[in-house]
Amino acid sequence: MSIAAKANTIWQYANPKKFLATSERVLPFFWTSAAICLVVGLVWGFFFTPDDFRQGSTVKIIYLHVPSALMAINCWLMMLVTSLVWLVRRHHVSALAARAAAPIGVVMTLIALITGAIWGQPMWGTWWAWDPRLTSFLILFLFYLGYIALWEAIEDPDTAADLTSVLCLVGSVFAILSRYAVNFWNQGLHQGASVMRAGAVTGTDTTEKVSNVFFYPLFLCIIGFVLLFIALVLYRTGTEIRARRIRALLARERAGA
Amino acid sequence: MIALLLRDLKLAMRAGGGFGLGLVFFLIVTTLVPFAVGPQSDLLASIAPGVLWLGALLACLLSLDRLLALDWEDGTLDLLATAPLPLEAVVSVKALAHWITTGLPLVLAAPVFGVLLNLPGPGFFWLVASLAVGTPALSVVGTFGAALTVGLKRGGLLLSLLVLPLYVPTLIFGAEVARRGAQGMETGTPLLMLGGITLATIALLPFASAAVLRVNLR
Amino acid sequence: MMPDLGKYADAVLSSYALSLLMLVLLVALSLWRGRKVRAEMEKTEARVSRNG
Repeated sequence: MSIAAKANTIWQYANPKKFLATSERVLPFFWTSAAICLVVGLVWGFFFTPDDFRQGSTVKIIYLHVPSALMAINCWLMMLVTSLVWLVRRHHVSALAARAAAPIGVVMTLIALITGAIWGQPMWGTWWAWDPRLTSFLILFLFYLGYIALWEAIEDPDTAADLTSVLCLVGSVFAILSRYAVNFWNQGLHQGASVMRAGAVTGTDTTEKVSNVFFYPLFLCIIGFVLLFIALVLYRTGTEIRARRIRALLARERAGA
Repeated sequence: MIALLLRDLKLAMRAGGGFGLGLVFFLIVTTLVPFAVGPQSDLLASIAPGVLWLGALLACLLSLDRLLALDWEDGTLDLLATAPLPLEAVVSVKALAHWITTGLPLVLAAPVFGVLLNLPGPGFFWLVASLAVGTPALSVVGTFGAALTVGLKRGGLLLSLLVLPLYVPTLIFGAEVARRGAQGMETGTPLLMLGGITLATIALLPFASAAVLRVNLR
Repeated sequence: MMPDLGKYADAVLSSYALSLLMLVLLVALSLWRGRKVRAEMEKTEARVSRNG
């Protein structure tokens, strides 16, 4: 690829300076649009939608539970892609983006777990149930923690980037394996009763469709969460890039003196 | 390769090599469970397959950080990396040595511990079978975790945090085989899944472990 | 203004409160660290260019 051609593809952002300059410009858009979508979506959903026939007002939890669960998974997928880019093309921005995204994923997973547990309590009568979906998210939570812990434990940044990238790859395979294992583990005994009613509302594992009155505010909340994720990743990657620059400057200073 | 295997086995058997510690730990865990949940025999009988699997898994975990740390410290790992033997083969041999010294004794000792926990009659065969099929995966996955944390001073705890989520599929299917076997039910599906996971990890994970080891040896 | 949440009021309100709290904390901590690192970088750059 000629230099001119490369300059106009996504790879131009592998240059830290270009990344910082561009993200400075677009961040205000992402912050404000995320805020608007979230406020409108949540207010609409909380105040202006009816209760569900079976679940009463707890259906309102959907506006937080579904978007956060989606982002928890998408965040890991993004980390997987950026880890692969790091392993193949050695762009530091990519490795730093994966590192920056991980804590966002932790928070998303936590929100999904907590809202899932609280939602399930009136339905199941216990604060926690080993429903396959919730259990899979708990395992995902552990994967996130391990990933972050490994970044923190290794001193050399490039070594840390390499090791965490391989961990992300291997972890992804095992996360998928675990999903199937957990489904196997909890469907054999009780059909139906423990299938999360959230699935019924969102139409993801039954044939019921989400009625429009729930769908539009939910869609807006999902968009809001996505925009917030993008804003946070861009901002946090910028922070990581600057931190790396500080380390490089200090090293040069020590070498020169 | 055989030479490396024999060397690792000899090192593990020596005094201070940690051989047998896994078994003792397994015994202690098995003894502690009735104290924790009460001595009613039908309760113990129903949880026995799972508890025994969990005990075996934790005992395997214990000996993992010694797997590579000693060779790392005295420079043997650097030598092995430059030897004509590919690093993937080296890590596979290390995993095999770990299984022979830790996993295999657990498989053989499990029936004795099953007696302590009132494991139902038909369960003994399936417990041993599931452990025999599943523990090699534990060794191979554990070797990957050991390779990730080999350079770290306090790597043991981090090693557990990284490896335990990776153990979940093997644990689920392994314990399911043991449980179904104890109840006299069909064990085909989980056993196949268990075997599939073990074979896949043996075939593929050494590449990841070797890559990680190369990074750490840079 | 507040809709009648019925017997599930605790569940709904606590899940909203906890989730929003976590989001706010995440954003606040990210911004705080970002500002700190940015200031540190500018300080270090200024110092290095002076001495370099």
